[in-house]
Amino acid sequence: MIGAGGAGLRAAIEAAAAGVSVGLVCKSLLGKAHTVMAEGGIAAALANVDERDNWKVHFADTMRGGQYVNDWRMAELHAKEAPARVRELEAWGALFDRTKDGRILQRNFGGHRYPRLAHVGDRTGLEMIRTLQDHGIHQGIDVHMEHTLTAVLKDGERVAGAFGYDREKGLLHVFRARAVVLATGGIGKAYQITSNSWEYTGDGHALAYHAGAELMDMEFVQFHPTGMIWPPSVQGILVTEGVRGEGGVLLNSQGRRFLFDDIPDAYKNQTADNEEEGFRYTQGDKSARRPPELLTRDHVARCIVREIREGRGSPHGGVFLDISWIKKKLPNAEEVIKKKLPSMYHQFLKLADIDITREPMEVGPTTHYVMGGIRVDPETQMSTVPGLFAAGECAAGLHGANRLGGNSLSDLLVFGQRAGAHAARFAKERGATHVDGAEIDEAARAALAPFEPDGSGDGSAPYQIQHELQQTMQDLVGIVRREGEMVRALEAIARLRDHAHRVRVAGNRAFNPGWHTALELRNLLTVSEAVTRSALERKESRGAHFRDDYPDKDAASGKINLVVRRDRDGAMQVARRPIPELRADLRQIVEEMK
Amino acid sequence: MATATFRIWRGDAQGGSFADYATEVAPGMVVLDAVHRIQADQAPDLAVRWNCKAGKCGSCSAEVNGLPRLMCMTRLSDLSLAGPVTLRPMKTFPIVRDLVTDVSWNYRVKRKVKEFKPRPPDAADGTWRIAQADIERVQEFRKCIECFLCQDVCHVLREHEMHDRFIGPRFLMHVAALEMHPLDVEDRVAELREAQGVGLCNITKCCTRVCPEGIAITDNAIIPLKERVVDEVYDPLRRLFRVFRAAS
Repeated sequence: MIGAGGAGLRAAIEAAAAGVSVGLVCKSLLGKAHTVMAEGGIAAALANVDERDNWKVHFADTMRGGQYVNDWRMAELHAKEAPARVRELEAWGALFDRTKDGRILQRNFGGHRYPRLAHVGDRTGLEMIRTLQDHGIHQGIDVHMEHTLTAVLKDGERVAGAFGYDREKGLLHVFRARAVVLATGGIGKAYQITSNSWEYTGDGHALAYHAGAELMDMEFVQFHPTGMIWPPSVQGILVTEGVRGEGGVLLNSQGRRFLFDDIPDAYKNQTADNEEEGFRYTQGDKSARRPPELLTRDHVARCIVREIREGRGSPHGGVFLDISWIKKKLPNAEEVIKKKLPSMYHQFLKLADIDITREPMEVGPTTHYVMGGIRVDPETQMSTVPGLFAAGECAAGLHGANRLGGNSLSDLLVFGQRAGAHAARFAKERGATHVDGAEIDEAARAALAPFEPDGSGDGSAPYQIQHELQQTMQDLVGIVRREGEMVRALEAIARLRDHAHRVRVAGNRAFNPGWHTALELRNLLTVSEAVTRSALERKESRGAHFRDDYPDKDAASGKINLVVRRDRDGAMQVARRPIPELRADLRQIVEEMK
Repeated sequence: MATATFRIWRGDAQGGSFADYATEVAPGMVVLDAVHRIQADQAPDLAVRWNCKAGKCGSCSAEVNGLPRLMCMTRLSDLSLAGPVTLRPMKTFPIVRDLVTDVSWNYRVKRKVKEFKPRPPDAADGTWRIAQADIERVQEFRKCIECFLCQDVCHVLREHEMHDRFIGPRFLMHVAALEMHPLDVEDRVAELREAQGVGLCNITKCCTRVCPEGIAITDNAIIPLKERVVDEVYDPLRRLFRVFRAAS
């Protein structure tokens, strides 16, 4: 298992339960993976709060949110299996917030028709990762903390293990395995403004790509509408959608709730047309429709960008997010906010001197998630390389063109479990593999290249190249995209790759962040190229992918996914892959829920 | 833009010394921002752990001007920049390099605590019914981000180095969270008193003061555990009961 966030841990637990020998390799300490930052909740149609909810509604919501380019089989499995995966967490010690009758409480979130997110205040990710961690450490899993893997090793077509180094001493390691599960998360560090940590450098995407696997949907990068924007040092840090779920509203500099001005047709029937109804929805009134602040993330992010561009932004170049206004409605508003959104309260008070129970926050879009990833079989999570599996954010399919909030944590559980089970089965059914010494030598040479004396740079170059790449992606392949800009981005990526190839680092191999950054740069460049090439190829606007030069949806483009693979000469190719026809019973569900 | 000096410990297990780095500071910056700026401009191999930069993961623990803090949540505006800001790694754990320490002991300790063991489900569908009021205390403990600052400051570990007899505030609280979990039926009292050393805590509350999550570790977790040990181990009636049971 490569990666110890929600997906990697869940996969490891499942594989260990199946009786195979499991190693879990992660870049950070155990329990620090990005899952820990998830705030809002885990989407699962438990129907504890609204009995009208069921897997069919969740499935239809996920497909609608993804603009129907999702892998529908994954969306079906996800909706059906998420409730069992959540209950299982409770059996392992998780303590979710409760309903009045003592069951798991669920909250509203963007794009979900009913209150669906099991949560613990706004620290659900911490609860989830700690539960998996504390259960996992008793399951006989070998954990290798602070190890980075730089190559997937193969035996012919089949996976045979992985190669990497430990960050503490810089020693090189070979991990032999009959099956490998990639659970490495996303690519957010390709952008300048991001909610993602240093770990999110597209490692799994790049490892798989170089091992011959296909990537899919890489043009779909989610920009979360609400990141912190001031002070500059906190720019990009996430402000949970839960703020809006609890009644928070988005305002421009004129004090107008601008989201009421632009409600997409696909959501008109489900969206409140006045402020009163929207508030009632957030307070659990089942007859009310949701406020437009809870439209999908792609739409809300674009509306915010429009307000800022047209001069109606906040002083530091964002818009206002106000939860304090609910004190007009609720006598104990301050208490409610602190109880429901404790870490937001803490975060703004500590880092921005803002008391969110009294004044509005300033927010703007931040790079948050990649819907695209390694193309996998929906049942087994195996990639196009035998024995190489992927789960969670680094896998593609479930979310289509836009992910709904809360569907990420459930994705990790559902497909982590599946990947673990199928990887274990694969390992049992197939014989041992052989790792070729020459392949190991080549991987070692590549990993140590930044220490060779013949290159260029004074040791600070890895940081400079990373910074330049982030700026390039932010400016040229961001929320609003244009062909000419993306062509320039490709040129810049090619130039930066050339620099990265020759980059040299200072110091020795013991816990050397300069070296780590130099190696991760290669992955960032690979995924940046994949995002840009795919975004150039999709000549329409859909979900998170918005083209200023093709601002509308195109029916023909809605029938394909874009697939990225490496050709024989090592060049990146983008191909169109027709989406399999939706099964009749699922089509009916989609139609009924429109 | 103003400039500030950071006096950062550089070295490894063999030894090291402080080095001064002057860097530009901007409004709103936290200590971790300054460390990253120094890393990018002056000391590319400066070792530091971090992840979320928002006080949620507990990776960037260090001692800032002698106080155990998360570097990502320590604003420069809360420090005097007239003189150098001193950054050193946590003292309680072995040094790896620069600001990074070997905290693996904590992970080994946790594995020794008996894991969660729930009572049978309350409902036919395998679920439980739990009142919110019954979980609020445990939810407080579960806010812990495992930054290990409480372990760093605790004198039983920091000064007396009793790592083999005392599991420290973080894991006493972990035991408390399990013991007070409304579904848990495991008994951890015997090892609390013996291997885990709950009696060694003499309630100076240093751990509570450094907790970035503001958890009342001593009052809400450790003292109730001490009481539980006293009740179960030293209660004369229970003791008598145990004697009879052993004899029968």
